[in-house]
Amino acid sequence: MEEKFINLTLKVWRQKRGEKKGKIETYQAKHISTDASFLEMLDIVNDDLTIAGIEPIAFDHDCREGICGMCGQVVNGYAHGEEKGTTLCQFHMRRFKDGDTIFIEPFRAKAFKVVKDLVVDRSAFDKIIQAGGYITAKAGGAPEANIFPVTYETGELAMNAAECIGCGACVAACPNASAMLFVSAKISHLALLPQGRPEAAKRALAMVRTMDACGFGNCSNERECENSCPKNISITNIARLNREFLAAGVLSTAM
Amino acid sequence: MNWLVRTFSCSVAKKQFMAVTGLAFCCFLTTHLIGNLFVYGGKDAFNAYVEHLHALGILIHVAEAGLIIFALIHIGMAIILYFQNLAARPVRYKKKSNAGGRTLASATMPYTGLFILVFIVVHLVGLKFADHSTTTTFDLTASVLSQPATLVFYIVAMVVVAFHVNHGFWSAFQSFGASHPKYTPIVRGFGILFSVVIGVGFGFIPIALNMI
Repeated sequence: MEEKFINLTLKVWRQKRGEKKGKIETYQAKHISTDASFLEMLDIVNDDLTIAGIEPIAFDHDCREGICGMCGQVVNGYAHGEEKGTTLCQFHMRRFKDGDTIFIEPFRAKAFKVVKDLVVDRSAFDKIIQAGGYITAKAGGAPEANIFPVTYETGELAMNAAECIGCGACVAACPNASAMLFVSAKISHLALLPQGRPEAAKRALAMVRTMDACGFGNCSNERECENSCPKNISITNIARLNREFLAAGVLSTAM
Repeated sequence: MNWLVRTFSCSVAKKQFMAVTGLAFCCFLTTHLIGNLFVYGGKDAFNAYVEHLHALGILIHVAEAGLIIFALIHIGMAIILYFQNLAARPVRYKKKSNAGGRTLASATMPYTGLFILVFIVVHLVGLKFADHSTTTTFDLTASVLSQPATLVFYIVAMVVVAFHVNHGFWSAFQSFGASHPKYTPIVRGFGILFSVVIGVGFGFIPIALNMI
């Protein structure tokens, strides 16, 4: 696709560090290459803001390859932008037309406090992982690879769930700010494999309880999460979480 | 006992309470619709059906008590979930778009639910608890539904019920974790079919009553 240059109007959420309130500010993004990624566009705008003596827009980013889960903003009402199955860093300006107005807001949830501008604190996800998103295994040399038989299909399902990069787009996109897709992906990739089974019941209860305690909303099967997930995690994982929870709560000895 | 409270107060358990009570209401809607179809048999057939139903005696009271308990659970959980979900996002988006999952039915569940509650109250006051001593159920129903405002209200309510069931049916299966590549498409398809049958089936009865 031929490179073009476009001018845009940005409506960006600005919030000072330590303050509870913020507001939308309007900036002009001038001479933006359509080959630029969304984050590169923000870099260019930040250069202009710095020269003009305005505090640059703070936003999270790291690998810029779509694999780390660090970036994420709500662009025109879509978590990670309108394109399916991509992180914001892999979302390109060729998706916009000259003269477009773009709303840029942070991921919104009670459990994700705004740190500054577009940066949110997603440590609630860490708390959920610490509650049970692991297996207890002896460290040491790699065990014999075929000691646990796993079918190809099951391995694929587990890997699909393990693709979750913990970016929080599911929470941002959910009308209820529910973290069910994230939690279900983390529960699923362990529950599907033999190594994850011994602690499955304890894990399901602990992770769901921690999720609730963090202040996330409840799943109402709106399917906005799977449609916004940059890794296309399916809500079949949420169904798996639901049955893991039911089995753990009613049938297992885990309290 | 502590485990019981801890487990059943979890978000997932609340959804499962919604699911089991919701599916029970789907069963109720089915039997209610089958019963109502006696309207098409005429006045005598319908009144005979009503008498048959009342002859069940204690069974009917048990079923009614069950429905009331289920309704209280369904509505109670709905209220808790609604306010928890509101609280989970204290600052709303200035601009929010639909990523492709949300439907009109799924987005309006709390509101269609509230409308159905209003309808049920009107329906019970207007028909079930109305004075049956001087008239038959058929004549009473026909006279209530001959008023244009009531007629429109009933038909609109049935469309609203259809929307509520449309999202609720498959959602209940999902909440229980009943997801399977073979059966989920069938559940989804059946849910849509069921909601249409409920909407059209109940919706036509007030119209039919005015034509008989």
